[in-house]
Amino acid sequence: MSDDNRPVEDWATDYDIFDPDYVKEPGPVWDDLRQRCPVAHTKRWGGSFMATRYEDVQQAVRMVPELSSRSPTVIPPTGALREEMIAEVKAYGSENPPITADPPEHKPYKQLILPFFTPRATETYREFTENLCHELIDRFIDKGSCDAAADYAQQVPPRVIARILGIDASRGDEFTEWTRGVLELGQTNPDLRMKYRRIIREFFGELVAHRRKNPSDDVVSTLIEAEVEGERLNDHNIIGICNLLLVAGIDTTWSSIGASLWHFAATLKDRQRMAKEPDLFPTAIEELLRFYGPVMMARKILEPVTLGDTELTPGEKLILNFPAANRDPEAFERADEVVLDRERNRHVAFGIGIHRCAGSNLARMEMDVALRAWFERIPEFELSDPDAVTWAGGQVRGPRSIPVRF
Amino acid sequence: MRIRVDSEKCEGHNRCKALAPELFELDDYGYASAANDGNVPPELEEKARLAISNCPEFAVELVEE
Repeated sequence: MSDDNRPVEDWATDYDIFDPDYVKEPGPVWDDLRQRCPVAHTKRWGGSFMATRYEDVQQAVRMVPELSSRSPTVIPPTGALREEMIAEVKAYGSENPPITADPPEHKPYKQLILPFFTPRATETYREFTENLCHELIDRFIDKGSCDAAADYAQQVPPRVIARILGIDASRGDEFTEWTRGVLELGQTNPDLRMKYRRIIREFFGELVAHRRKNPSDDVVSTLIEAEVEGERLNDHNIIGICNLLLVAGIDTTWSSIGASLWHFAATLKDRQRMAKEPDLFPTAIEELLRFYGPVMMARKILEPVTLGDTELTPGEKLILNFPAANRDPEAFERADEVVLDRERNRHVAFGIGIHRCAGSNLARMEMDVALRAWFERIPEFELSDPDAVTWAGGQVRGPRSIPVRF
Repeated sequence: MRIRVDSEKCEGHNRCKALAPELFELDDYGYASAANDGNVPPELEEKARLAISNCPEFAVELVEE
């Protein structure tokens, strides 16, 4: 894989989404690609095209069935993991439906999980989330410093989703480790990806077996009782859905909360304004989602289609770069600025089309609670060591360490 | 002023409901439809415009009378 890490000479024909400078600040590359390509291509990491314009992303999500969600990770699985996954799909069906499913199979699975994540449903976890955020702040507020990513942002989502899934919230750090293993560190390390995929599936395998014997009114029990097309789900399906619900909400939401805190720690005028005008939270959160939206998704190209003026080649992937689309000046005024009171904001941070993030209401609630609690307790803060800030990239981009003092 | 939600386009982002709760209803999945037959009282027209311009699916529309 070392060849995949060589320096980039031309981003339009040879991009590398793991390039360290790009991961830190991708904006200039996106501006260049949007104007010049606009659909870029690379042979690295299994080969892919990448859409960066708002209009192209809007079109591509609707190119069904030519573009398939059967493998939505931006880096395709390789080697033994790939073999294992293909064999399982053959035997049991879609890996983690609905995210890995296409129509017509997709819709009944999506409708199975959506009721757990409506605004009304996610609001019932607000108080738990508030208490959690305040307990986290209690741990470091007297020190006058902390790592806003590792000590705060990272701690919130695993515990909230654990609560929703009816699993032990005190194991939050483990869930974070597993998620990073499959989603972040595992992207470029197939052995790690396979190891943590197995750990997660075994965990939920035991949980499903337990709930079959001891039903309750939680998500897993609901999935056990549920029917799709008149048939009960098999354990493989249920484990896959649980895997999705755990993994999809952890480093994504953590990245959004962390990037927001990074922005305020690094941008004095916005931090002061936010501290003075809490009524701005609703527009500010949408704007931070627009500007720092962490997630890219991919589609497998099944049939030749044209996007922009680019012919997409079957067999390769198309990366839907939602974060780049969110900074497209054709779609947003002052696209390259964070405007906390932006009123018209049609951003696509949660994706668009049938695969719109099912947990978007939950993510928004967590961001709202986490940022409000932080500003209530710590209205004045700044980066203590800007050079020590680190970012992770790829499928999900966000800060992993943000040393701040207050 | 009248508005409608194109149910073919709505994917349940809930931006309309968050910005103009008086004007929209959600079903059990979170998909939106226009409340009150889409009729917008004059004092809510600004909110209706916000709902239209914040929908990432372009699903909320003005109904031409």
